[in-house]
Amino acid sequence: MFGYYVKLAARSLRRNPGITSLMVLAIALGIAVCVITLTVYHGMSSNPLWWKNDRVYAVTLDSWDPEEPADDKHPDLPPPQLTWRDAEAVTASGIPLRAVRMFKGFGVVSSDAAGSVRPENAIVRVTSADFFGLFDVPFRHGGGWKAAADSGPEPVAVLSRETNERFFGGANSVGRTIRWDDRAFRVVGVLDDWHPAPNFYDLNNGAFDEPEAMYVPIGWAPVLELKSAGNTNCWKPEEIKTYADFMASECIWLQAWVELPDSAARVRMQGWLDNYVATERKSGRFQRPDNNRLTPVDQWLRDNDVVGNDNRMLIALAFAFLSVCLINTVGLLLAKFLGSASITGVRRALGASRRQVFLQHLAEAGLLAGVGAGLGVLLSLLGLYGLRAMYASPWGGVTSVMHVNAWSLAVTVALAVGAALAAGLYPAWRIGRLAPSVYLKSQ
Amino acid sequence: MLAMRHISKVFRTDLIETHALRDFSLEVAEGEFVAVTGPSGSGKTTFLNVAGLLEGFDSGTYLLDGVDTSGLADDARSRLRNEKIGFIFQSFNLIPDLDIFDNVDVPLRYRRMKAAERRERIASALDLVGLASRAHHLPSQLSGGQQQRVAIARAIAGDPKFLLADEPTGNLDSLMARQVMDLLEQINEMGTTIVLVTHDPELARRAQRNVQIVDGQVSDFRPYEPHARPAPMAAAATA
Repeated sequence: MFGYYVKLAARSLRRNPGITSLMVLAIALGIAVCVITLTVYHGMSSNPLWWKNDRVYAVTLDSWDPEEPADDKHPDLPPPQLTWRDAEAVTASGIPLRAVRMFKGFGVVSSDAAGSVRPENAIVRVTSADFFGLFDVPFRHGGGWKAAADSGPEPVAVLSRETNERFFGGANSVGRTIRWDDRAFRVVGVLDDWHPAPNFYDLNNGAFDEPEAMYVPIGWAPVLELKSAGNTNCWKPEEIKTYADFMASECIWLQAWVELPDSAARVRMQGWLDNYVATERKSGRFQRPDNNRLTPVDQWLRDNDVVGNDNRMLIALAFAFLSVCLINTVGLLLAKFLGSASITGVRRALGASRRQVFLQHLAEAGLLAGVGAGLGVLLSLLGLYGLRAMYASPWGGVTSVMHVNAWSLAVTVALAVGAALAAGLYPAWRIGRLAPSVYLKSQ
Repeated sequence: MLAMRHISKVFRTDLIETHALRDFSLEVAEGEFVAVTGPSGSGKTTFLNVAGLLEGFDSGTYLLDGVDTSGLADDARSRLRNEKIGFIFQSFNLIPDLDIFDNVDVPLRYRRMKAAERRERIASALDLVGLASRAHHLPSQLSGGQQQRVAIARAIAGDPKFLLADEPTGNLDSLMARQVMDLLEQINEMGTTIVLVTHDPELARRAQRNVQIVDGQVSDFRPYEPHARPAPMAAAATA
């Protein structure tokens, strides 16, 4: 019987191509707007390290001004970065499986390789050896450096795939030399494609900021007296004359992350943080109430407003638009069904039950929604393609989240089913309730 | 075949109540050909709708082939209508975008019959009405008389026991009307009970029995007695 209903539905839709096109277009536009908005929202709010959400934590301590919170918008949160000495203490605690302290550096990257391109300004992440293992960074050639290279520090570097492409033509550059400003570094590893979006591990300059061109050991910070190219925030009036003063100051400029393999390790780490702060408090630091946090990535993205209220408002507007499209479709469908009420009356007289009439019309609504959803997916792809073209950047940036993935497609299918039910249920039910005798006379 | 006892049917609006059928009783025996006549507004159409299970009634009893129809749910009424009753309408009521074959197929579809059996029944019904060669024409490609013959084929394809014909010749010229009536008589002779609603006394005379409805009641109700069929219209005309 289902095949018969579908055949009748196709015939009925062909009977009024104008109205059918309008309804398909209404459903398709509503779905496309929702899918585009949801895809971007999902991409922006997704956790790029979801498989480690119960293992990897951002470490934050409230070393800020006793008189006011670090962020008026989130007075309950500690500042998002640490001082040099606190970050150093956290990574030296010995509790985490892996621990990373780091900041964003900047400089001119160049190479002596034959045929190499001219030097370029680039972002360089100054970080510790555990960075690559903690964030599951994929390598194309070689690997990260050993922990000893951090303290040396050794002149070693890891290149992004793009940097390796640019300066070494994509060849295996492990062992080759790359220059950062005036200093030569030996390449020990080349990353595979890796552009976490959002760039969760350092949200200081935007969640979809340009990624790093290369990575060097954290030990080079005091040697080269490196300053952060990201944010450095200070609250305390301190005399900072030397780099040693800066390292000992209350200025916050480093991100710290730890990998804790289980809940026991997390409890131990939390205890260690609390003890550390209590000890430091005795020397006059940490005068604010205890607020020592180990924050998993998903919560970290929320705390840092990676997805703003504007995006949520856009989602609401997209669904409101879908509702308007569906209401229009309900109206058109109802008019169409009522327009053929005399035929329904004949079918009722010939033995169709209300249920059969309902199912037949629901099949028509379902077919309409199926075609609408198909066109909606096509429009979504076109829309996302257009957005990518509009916001394209060499490193991907926000466009890297504008891909229709399995999640978006699943939502599309769910929306299509929802659209079919929402747009078709009432008209199909209504037509089934008509008294056939009235419409038999009117034919 | 059909036994209505003390049926009443009232249409209510905010302002008035209209008694379309009041204390309406009628019996039609199996194999009978009954013509129901009456002036406009007498209740003929309401009787037809109630008899065809297209509308319910307010009180009384209605047995169709021994099945008490009062209180039946929509599914059961629809199944009974599909299996027991064939409809023939004044305006044919063919579905315009289905071809003749698919039009005759409609009641069989709702009976969930296998495709081979449906094809056989459709061919046989179209053969009986002389339109087998037009199976894949659309209704708009046929004359009025041919369309009514398709409607008859559709009504009998499911082999119902009971045909309800509402002014089946009302939209036809006299020649076509005669052909349609001949066909109905042929079907009746094959054992199908027919109730014909008409205001045309000529047509009514061709039935075995005439029943007149006046003000929602059978004016001369009496239980069924066998009748002799009158002479066919053509024969009567030439006599």
